[in-house]
Amino acid sequence: MSQERWPLWEVFIRSKQGLDHKHAGSLHAADAKMAIENARDVYTRRMEGVSIWVVESRHIHATNPDEAASLYDPANDKVYRHPTFYDLPDELKHM
Amino acid sequence: MSVQELEKIFQDRIDSEIRIEPRDWMPDAYRKTLIRQISQHAHSEIVGMLPEANWITRAPSLRRKATLIAKVQDEAGHGLYLYSAAETLNISREEMIAQLHSGKAKYSSIFNYPTLTWADMGAIGWLVDGAAIMNQVPLCRASYGPYARAMVRICKEESFHQRQGFEILLTLSRGSADQRRMCQDAINRWWWPSVMMFGPNDESSPHSAQSMAWKIKRFSNDELRQRFVDICAEQVKLLGMTLPDPELSWNEEKQHYDFGAIDWDEFWNVVNGNGPCNKERLAARVQAHEDGAWVREAALAYAGKKRQEKDAA
Ligand SMILES: [Fe+2]
Ligand SMILES: [Fe+2]
Repeated sequence: MSQERWPLWEVFIRSKQGLDHKHAGSLHAADAKMAIENARDVYTRRMEGVSIWVVESRHIHATNPDEAASLYDPANDKVYRHPTFYDLPDELKHM
Repeated sequence: MSVQELEKIFQDRIDSEIRIEPRDWMPDAYRKTLIRQISQHAHSEIVGMLPEANWITRAPSLRRKATLIAKVQDEAGHGLYLYSAAETLNISREEMIAQLHSGKAKYSSIFNYPTLTWADMGAIGWLVDGAAIMNQVPLCRASYGPYARAMVRICKEESFHQRQGFEILLTLSRGSADQRRMCQDAINRWWWPSVMMFGPNDESSPHSAQSMAWKIKRFSNDELRQRFVDICAEQVKLLGMTLPDPELSWNEEKQHYDFGAIDWDEFWNVVNGNGPCNKERLAARVQAHEDGAWVREAALAYAGKKRQEKDAA
């Protein structure tokens, strides 16, 4: 018997037109076509989606949570990127 | 950082309700306990399809048949969600399945009881899915992200399972004398095994305190069991049936139902493999897996061939 296994796929679903695809879960399948069919069967049995993306899990690159502090550090002290940073009179309208 | 420091950060996050995700640092014992708990749960969903599948071909109407197929299909999905969650903890699907088939991993004992009549489909939906829901709803807030997300999905799907079961019993309870007898008989057989689904009494579940601290268990076995009994004791009245417990009675002072003693010998006997259907259930799983081996291989071979054709073109 072959030792090769069906690879793991990540499933992303657009729940309705106009919304982003969102990670729904994962499954094993021999190829992309089967992954999509299986995703339909397990993740959209109740009309949860109008579009499905699948991607083999091994193709996903992720950040390392241990490096989160330094990775996000550049954004940490830039409060001036937020509209609330600016002190303006209450009388100012439509801004 | 030392392990003690890492453990402190880990526990602080859990205490402040921050979820743990797959790539985060976690204590080995947390990982192992979760793998055991989640895979056991996954196995239960999968083995749990067998007692109900037994009645699909004999459902009394097309409506009931379609419902039962949909329910059993949901349970397969639940198994998949949970296996996937467990896989994020670095155990392979094959390893989990091998553990189930070798008997190393357990599944819920409730599925080692036989489904003798159609009324059992009603009793299972009402009581077994009902008890499962009681257990599962708090786990939607479990500390491990992939597990909690799987539970949210599962809980959304479970509520129809319980409702269709109760509807089956309700229909029987309004039927002929024979149908009413069948209804009561199914309740009689499924009641105690369902009450046992919550596991040993609190004083005999030694790992509970740690699981509570890790928030992979949110309420004690006895708390959940009491809630289940309180709810069912009221619901059964709508059926005009009774629960098979002469000691069941409302306790005004406690504002809870008192109920009779659980037969823990029976419980442990079934857990340890000597229930009425343990061997049958496991044999059915092993056979399905072995019979499906050629399909798995053929699909891989087909996918490989397609890839080659594409590369050549
Ligand atoms: Fe389920
Ligand atoms: Fe269910």
